[in-house]
Amino acid sequence: MNLLDNIPALLVIGAIAIPLFVYAYLGIGERVLALLPTPMQRIRPWVWLVVPLGLVALILVYTVVSTIVISVMDGEGRLSADNFIWAFTGAMRDVLVNNATWIIVFPLGTLALALIVAVLFDRVRYEKIAMTLIVLPTAISFTAGSVIWRQMYSYQPPANNQLGLINAILLAVVPGAQPIPWLQTPVLNTFALIFVAVWSSLGVAALILSAAVKGVPAELSEAARLDGASEWMVFRSVTLPAIAPAILVVLTTEIIFALKVFDIVYVMTNGNFGTNVIANEMYNELFAANNPGRASAIAVILLIAAIPVVAINIRQFRAEAEQ
Amino acid sequence: MSAARISPVRWGRAGARLVLHLLVVLLMVSWFTPLLALFVAAFRTENDTAHTGWWTAFVQPLFTSYNFQRAIDIMSIGDSIGTSLAISIPVTILTTLLSAVGAYALTRMRFAGRTAISLLLVGLLVAPPQVTLVPMLRFFNLTGLSGTVPAIWIFQVGFTLPFGIFLVRGFIASIPTDLFEAASIDGAGHLRTFRSLVLPVSMPILASLAIMQFLWSWNDLLVPLLFLGGSDLAAPMTVQVAGLQQTTGQGLSQVLAATCISIIIPLVLIVSLQRYFVRGVLGGAVKG
Repeated sequence: MNLLDNIPALLVIGAIAIPLFVYAYLGIGERVLALLPTPMQRIRPWVWLVVPLGLVALILVYTVVSTIVISVMDGEGRLSADNFIWAFTGAMRDVLVNNATWIIVFPLGTLALALIVAVLFDRVRYEKIAMTLIVLPTAISFTAGSVIWRQMYSYQPPANNQLGLINAILLAVVPGAQPIPWLQTPVLNTFALIFVAVWSSLGVAALILSAAVKGVPAELSEAARLDGASEWMVFRSVTLPAIAPAILVVLTTEIIFALKVFDIVYVMTNGNFGTNVIANEMYNELFAANNPGRASAIAVILLIAAIPVVAINIRQFRAEAEQ
Repeated sequence: MSAARISPVRWGRAGARLVLHLLVVLLMVSWFTPLLALFVAAFRTENDTAHTGWWTAFVQPLFTSYNFQRAIDIMSIGDSIGTSLAISIPVTILTTLLSAVGAYALTRMRFAGRTAISLLLVGLLVAPPQVTLVPMLRFFNLTGLSGTVPAIWIFQVGFTLPFGIFLVRGFIASIPTDLFEAASIDGAGHLRTFRSLVLPVSMPILASLAIMQFLWSWNDLLVPLLFLGGSDLAAPMTVQVAGLQQTTGQGLSQVLAATCISIIIPLVLIVSLQRYFVRGVLGGAVKG
């Protein structure tokens, strides 16, 4: 057990010993396979796949099945829908409404800004450095982002100096304005949190859409312009349809994120003042309430909500496999 | 040339260019300012931070490294970095290696069930981590792995493998078959082909996967928060910062300094390896 508390030991085990072990395993596996009669060599793919797929089976397949099972049982192990009834009533309903807000506002907001960035940045010479600045927030944790934005949203009573930049700008720009307690005001605070997520996620969405926009053949947009179309018309009838697959990818990725958002809510408000979301509630049910049944019901709801995206991805994958 | 003689079209275009630049600069400034705010505020005294906004530091500069000293000496941030590294470096290496192994087997070996497994992996790409938490908690408790770093390795690697395999297989599939034929004519078996042909050629995509996984692992809050509790090790950086933020006893400046320290490595990585990060993002999203 002491070995597991020793950082250098952990690094050697995890970064060197285990990879070497995997490689050695493959070497031995191949030697054994070479000794087998040819028909039996059909098991080769499984010899290779047993480690990666074994991990996936444990972390993602066994757990999904197990979670579903736990969610439909009550405290005594009998089949029961109690957990789901609880999930759709009372306080949980407000939480579900918050997630619904996240699922609608966050993807659309990120998409709109990412489109603006993709189209505009393409036309300036300093595009590279501009894009780097947009991508920077993507590298930091949502936890760090939450610390940063809790300061940005900071509220002080009107008599004091404002410590948060947002309120300071508000007071400087709008005459007679009062500072706003962004994180404590219901509804407004959810939007404030959503913007933090947009700030963090814009980089990835903008990269994807920027590549897609650059992939639109120039002849198409030029032809439209020669025909007298305005920039907006060119965007709407040439660019948008051409980048539709990339838009779909961005939307589905952001929708999944909105479903499972945890870090931002946990660190900034811990779900207080009406900002609670499903993932945060699940964390509470697991630890504060020690109720795995309810926690699992929440997880199943998330899973069901994610199924449409799963279907889209599989269909997309199949379509490409056929090309 | 007087203004009256410049055509309206020229004015319109110049005006549009100006608006374009204004919008772009506005976006650049808006996105960068919060990061700037953090770094400036982390170097201010607790007294200043409590009474004036961070931007006043430009007018009345008074900077100190006290907060960082406190973070390192008293809050043992160094230990937290150690734990974060002990988690993220092995996770990165193992994810990259196992993704390459899985992608190679799925692409270069024909067998019944290949398509089914590929579809399963694609389906699992968007599984929310919440569906794994309760069973994994029980599993780790049962196997005595609860509160250990290897538990985090197992979880983070397993959870990202579908993405990693998906990312690498596209690359391997595009390696010209002549290269594989040449290798087999040379008498190379699968392991040698994997080691001497596939791995070196796939370095770009493996680098992309590595940097993405390192960032995800380093920035992960939920998994270490849940599974690493009760360990004798210092909490990894994200858990530490989240904890500091929620207890106000430490003083705001020290939280800001700790946060700065936690984001330095990711920022350096993404700026210096931006090319690989971008390729990873695009490879996992837009195909072809």
